[in-house]
Amino acid sequence: MEPVAIVGVGMTKFERDRVRDTFGDLVFEACTRALDDAGMTIDDIDIVLTGSNDFFDGRTISSMAIMDACGSYDKNVSTVEGDGTFGAAHAVMRVLAGWGTCLYCAHHKGSESVMPLITNAMFDPIYERFLGIDSVTSAALQARAYMDRYGVTEEQCAQVSVKNHGNAFKNPYAQLPLQLTIEDVLASPYVADPIKLLDCCPISDGASAVVIAGAQRAKALDAKPAWVKGIGYNCDAYHLGDRDLSKVDALQAASKTAYAQAGISDPAKEVDLAEVHDTFTYLELMAIEGLGLCRMGEAGEFTAFGNTAQDGRLPVNASGGCISSNPVLVAGLNSIIECALQIRGDAGEHQVDGVKTAVAQGVNGPCGQSQCVWVLGGDE
Amino acid sequence: MGAKKVGIVGVGMTVQRSTRRDVSGVELINEAVRAALDDSGMTRKDIDAIVIGNMDHFEGINYVDTWSVDGSGALGKPIMKMTTGGTTGSTVAMGAYYHVASGMFDRVLAIGWEKNSESDTTGAIITAFDPFWDRPTFGGAVAGLALEATQYMAETGATEEDAAYVAVRDRKNAINNPFAHLRMESNIEAIMSTPYLAWPVKLGDMCPRTDGACAVVFASEDIAGDFPNVPAWVHGVADRHLWGYTSDPYVNQHVKGGTWFPAMERATRELYDKVGITDPLEQFDVAELYLPYSFAGLRYMESLGFCERAGGPALVRSGDTDMGGKCPVNPSGGVLSSNAIGATGLLRVAEVALQVQGRAGDRQVPGAKLGLATGFGGCYWSDELVIGKEKPEKARG
Repeated sequence: MEPVAIVGVGMTKFERDRVRDTFGDLVFEACTRALDDAGMTIDDIDIVLTGSNDFFDGRTISSMAIMDACGSYDKNVSTVEGDGTFGAAHAVMRVLAGWGTCLYCAHHKGSESVMPLITNAMFDPIYERFLGIDSVTSAALQARAYMDRYGVTEEQCAQVSVKNHGNAFKNPYAQLPLQLTIEDVLASPYVADPIKLLDCCPISDGASAVVIAGAQRAKALDAKPAWVKGIGYNCDAYHLGDRDLSKVDALQAASKTAYAQAGISDPAKEVDLAEVHDTFTYLELMAIEGLGLCRMGEAGEFTAFGNTAQDGRLPVNASGGCISSNPVLVAGLNSIIECALQIRGDAGEHQVDGVKTAVAQGVNGPCGQSQCVWVLGGDE
Repeated sequence: MGAKKVGIVGVGMTVQRSTRRDVSGVELINEAVRAALDDSGMTRKDIDAIVIGNMDHFEGINYVDTWSVDGSGALGKPIMKMTTGGTTGSTVAMGAYYHVASGMFDRVLAIGWEKNSESDTTGAIITAFDPFWDRPTFGGAVAGLALEATQYMAETGATEEDAAYVAVRDRKNAINNPFAHLRMESNIEAIMSTPYLAWPVKLGDMCPRTDGACAVVFASEDIAGDFPNVPAWVHGVADRHLWGYTSDPYVNQHVKGGTWFPAMERATRELYDKVGITDPLEQFDVAELYLPYSFAGLRYMESLGFCERAGGPALVRSGDTDMGGKCPVNPSGGVLSSNAIGATGLLRVAEVALQVQGRAGDRQVPGAKLGLATGFGGCYWSDELVIGKEKPEKARG
């Protein structure tokens, strides 16, 4: 891949209900911060991409609500509906195709959404929706399939919640820092067996933005670049019954592409930090395995030994992850931004020493059907 | 630089009908995908990535990209969804173009579809607008367009009959297109006698609601020679999505130097500069324009530079935009004949590709070499692509 860099990042504070802010207010805040971070004004941006979802926003053509706030006036602009990792991937494509700089933003107001209804609408309208299945109950099916296959325990899942909620204390943007014990998680009420309340992400409001630039523009800036080393994305089967939910085929295929582009042959050794999709605790364990950071079925033990802690050998979700703030769609973009900040050495209190290569993951669809993996690095 | 020139090497479209009860949404998508793969001499295995788009609230499917896998063939492949309202189809085309132009993928399948028979179209469109300021008073797409038509008639002296000419032209052209929805010999009196939906817009002035899908294969210049059809080349793309509130498009139109349709005029200026168009009526051999209602066929011609301001009625009545004219507009029958919204912009691209490849059958414009395709939507947004028979000299971003 031709060299492309993330040269500016911006996030809002993530909160349960940003009742004073419209979608546009959130996007304007995130975009302004990303431009400031890059040392740019909107005049330095050649092309704009946005990310939103008509269901979560309760608006047809949901991008219309933020066309002014994202600074797209009189610029080429487009919208990728889906997780931020996918939208930002398309921003990279536009820069590779010849545009100098691209501003990409994503927003979400979970406070204005009805999650069970909206995520029920991911499922087949004739055969599946009437069951009442939604993101939580489908995740429970997948969690059970994964736990049964590898003998993973609820305690092992619970440690992800303890670790990530704890990490969130050091991230000023995170919504839900919590001091928890494994017993606290195990004692929280079941939402859908085996998933308990403290295994689940919160509902969040917020927005994020990045500025992506080609090598020439990136080098001309004072901003510290984080270089895009590889991007892969891949889609699994739709009907849950057509998949073995304990497997991570799409994630493995996406990682393979991203690692090949980045020249990574042994991710367990070469990756210094990962920001993964942990909307439910078991998903972090599956992600660690699917990304090749440990062997299949061993992420529970890998985590128990402290490897994925902020001061561990391979920190995972040092930011606190989605389980601490989950603005849907923005979530994957946050993972990319956190990796970029870690590579730049700008992650503040949750900075991990010596991050040279970082991996971000995002998902679309039920039970991680469609997966996107980014590899970011400090060198061009 | 990694930027690649991009060719269109395969096109597939479904029959467009008011109600396709014979297929589900996924099957409708699959019908277009199979046709496009057959047309490009490929199988599912050859596709490197997929871009799909529709308008979520019409069918009520969240995450259409993951829902449609059995129809799109995306199992084990990269897929992303792009959606921008009425412009969705053209947005998907541009998205697929950039997938290939980036050098990341060689063969990319673009899919646009809609099953309007399963939707409350006006109900869904009203929710595109601001819940506090716009929704309580906004009457949907027809009422919004009626405002535009009223203003246009007041300022230019254009008549309802001028607009009816466009509806007659496009639906007559559709007789030559076996895929089109409304294929009819009509006349101005017949259009004038249809009932008003919102004055001055009558039933005969409006596009229909259609079920349909379209798929187009975009390929890199490195392999564009490997297909059964000579490629149609993307010469340039540009878009503007300027506005967000219903009243925004009317700002500045009355002041001196104000414009009809700033998004279209600015996108057009950028695109024509990139591609080297100075006289579109002479330089384009064919145009497939997203005209959602008849008055657009007058006013948008002005914003696209085919004639001066207020010159739309004279232009269309001159016959220059008819089949056999200088630049036939909508040989396929256009949007006034078929409007499966998510497919519509992509169909414009597919039709221009077929024209410059010389494969448009009974609707072929003889010798067409260069054409314009547009998408209209959102809040007076415009997407535009120039597609030609000759390979462009350089990749244009």
